[in-house]
Amino acid sequence: MQKSDTIYKLLETSLINEFEQKQVALTGSCHPVVSRSRINGFEFLKDNGLPDRKNEKWKNSPFPGQYEEEYLLDIPPVFYDKAAEEIFRCEIHGFWADTYSMLNGWYYSTKENQLITTGDGVVVGSILKAQHQYPELFEKHFGNIANTEQDGFTAANTALFKDGMFIYVPDGVEVKNAVQLIKLINLQEPLMVNSRNLIILGKSSRLTFLHCDDSVNHTPGFINTLTEVYMDENSSFELYKLQNINDNTSLINNTFIHQERDSRLKVNILSLNGGKIRNELHVNLMGQGADADINGVYLVDKQQHIDNQVYINHAVPNCHSNELFKGVLDEEASGIFNGYIYVARDAQKTNAFQRNNNILMTPKATIDTMPFLEIYADDVKCSHGATVGQLDDEALFYMMQRGIGREDARLLLMFAFLAEVTSKVSIEPLRISYEDMIKRRLRGELSICDKCVLHCSEPDKPIEFDIDLSKI
Amino acid sequence: MLLNIKNLHVAINGKEILKGLNLSVNKGEVHAIMGPNGTGKSTLAAAITGRENYDITKGEIIYDGETINDMAPDIRANKGIFLSFQYPVEIPGVSMTNFMRTAINAQREFNGLEAIPAGEFLKKMEEMKKLVDINTKLTKRSVNEGFSGGEKKKNEIFQMAMLEPKLAILDETDSGLDIDALKVVARGVNELRSTDNAFVVITHYQRLLDYIVPDFVHVMYDGRIVKSGGKGLAFELEEKGYDWIIDQEDE
Repeated sequence: MQKSDTIYKLLETSLINEFEQKQVALTGSCHPVVSRSRINGFEFLKDNGLPDRKNEKWKNSPFPGQYEEEYLLDIPPVFYDKAAEEIFRCEIHGFWADTYSMLNGWYYSTKENQLITTGDGVVVGSILKAQHQYPELFEKHFGNIANTEQDGFTAANTALFKDGMFIYVPDGVEVKNAVQLIKLINLQEPLMVNSRNLIILGKSSRLTFLHCDDSVNHTPGFINTLTEVYMDENSSFELYKLQNINDNTSLINNTFIHQERDSRLKVNILSLNGGKIRNELHVNLMGQGADADINGVYLVDKQQHIDNQVYINHAVPNCHSNELFKGVLDEEASGIFNGYIYVARDAQKTNAFQRNNNILMTPKATIDTMPFLEIYADDVKCSHGATVGQLDDEALFYMMQRGIGREDARLLLMFAFLAEVTSKVSIEPLRISYEDMIKRRLRGELSICDKCVLHCSEPDKPIEFDIDLSKI
Repeated sequence: MLLNIKNLHVAINGKEILKGLNLSVNKGEVHAIMGPNGTGKSTLAAAITGRENYDITKGEIIYDGETINDMAPDIRANKGIFLSFQYPVEIPGVSMTNFMRTAINAQREFNGLEAIPAGEFLKKMEEMKKLVDINTKLTKRSVNEGFSGGEKKKNEIFQMAMLEPKLAILDETDSGLDIDALKVVARGVNELRSTDNAFVVITHYQRLLDYIVPDFVHVMYDGRIVKSGGKGLAFELEEKGYDWIIDQEDE
């Protein structure tokens, strides 16, 4: 029996207490739809608790081992006194993004910029403010895309979320600049952040969204994020997740996406560093012709843990999904990849592909990879594949025989292994930036103790790799 | 003397493969190493290039006046030892062009030179591609990925031409080649032959030696060189096989 199953679950109890004590404040100021969801979330959490390892979907996860930790759950809103860039700067050079921030769980902006509307009618801002200004959108979508009662974490998020980001793109609007959300924790005490995002894309609209989770110090933390995305007909959404948090922080990142007819989704998750990371991506293909292309790269070492859970629901015919996840696990790191594909009875002409490839650098690194296909239609094309291997010794010797040093040869091989995924990032400056961060990470230079590398790419300080890997 | 191997004993996982091999190679010479399967020819190539798990239990490999028994493979390569692999390795995701530039720059750095200018590099690539009749498309692909057997072997000679080694070991470069590809490979080698470098050509068949004419022919058997001679020995072997040597040796 696992330790966490038998001992007092401090985190679970404190989450429940927190809601009971602050119910009035949490529900009183919300739109009724949100209040109702909060109460339902709380009831679910109280009845079911946080997931334990008896739960099939959490059986190899180290998260349940963490429930005895103590975190602050409620800190007052952070008032805007200086630009977020002064605390943390992430410049992806040559790539123009409008950057927004969250600090310690609160949307971080001046009072008048809490919710802004651009010339095209695009709305960006705090979810707390948006619920009152756009009640009809919340009635339609809030809590309807996510399965709030999936597990204790989604429930706790719904019950207790402090703030989050709201984006609305009206019909026909193609947002030119990417929207970048940088989420930071900058506190000396351990904090748990529950944040909630809602993104709505109108018909034939387009949006690129960068969701960055970063740490600025080594304080332990727990981030529990839930994002709901609604994609109306023929819309196009590109989601990039960049995760570079400290070794003492845990991150649960639940993303639920609803896709209508002919919508096109592209996801690229880059997990560079973090104590424990669990990415859950739920894609519901609800309209014919919808397309989902889900990719991920993960690099873990020390005793870090990475978990990617992808659920694709082919509810209707003629949809296409593709998953490609690749990772390098070093030292004593562990990982999980679960790829679920569900094809409904009538979802004929479904194309669903899935692949997960791993390199284990040491005998102590582990990965559990499991495809799970549930197919009820008979005219479908589905495939899955998973590999776990080591760096190719033959290739290593071949390169060394040509004069390339062992370390460079190793880096080149690892980078080449991951390039299949990074090459799919279609925005060139972003791709270069991605690759740049991967190179630094592989060289062991990307560490949160080194403040300057948190500044991602510095235009005036190009990163020189002995090998010009960007052109591979 | 460029290469001087003295009483070399090499074991793999405790099993002795080379059992006291002696070989001397001077600059400007071509040596052919022949012999039946499983006599240690490829082990010799592995030992000279520093492959892992090939333990030198006794003896010495002296290259360019320096004992290299414990030298890392990349240092040996940068000092001018090149191996044309019997089975060239595919490296997905690493383009030929980048691989070659990385290798050349590693060598230049080792010799205290600046990185090769892009223009110079491309010019050299074009020149050497012509030498071994390599299709431009191949250099844009990942290293050896999807290359035919012949293309892989030509690619080895191409790399050799780019890196200009002092000592090149060709491990069964002729295996799996049709006669046209064989001629191309041989032409490449002959163009590169000079008074400053030397070649050790490992082969089963005399066929390659019609095109790359050796100065010396050695026959390996049971981990040793049991007979050495001039190029005439190769013809003799072609005619009579190895048995007469083996019989002599076993007696």
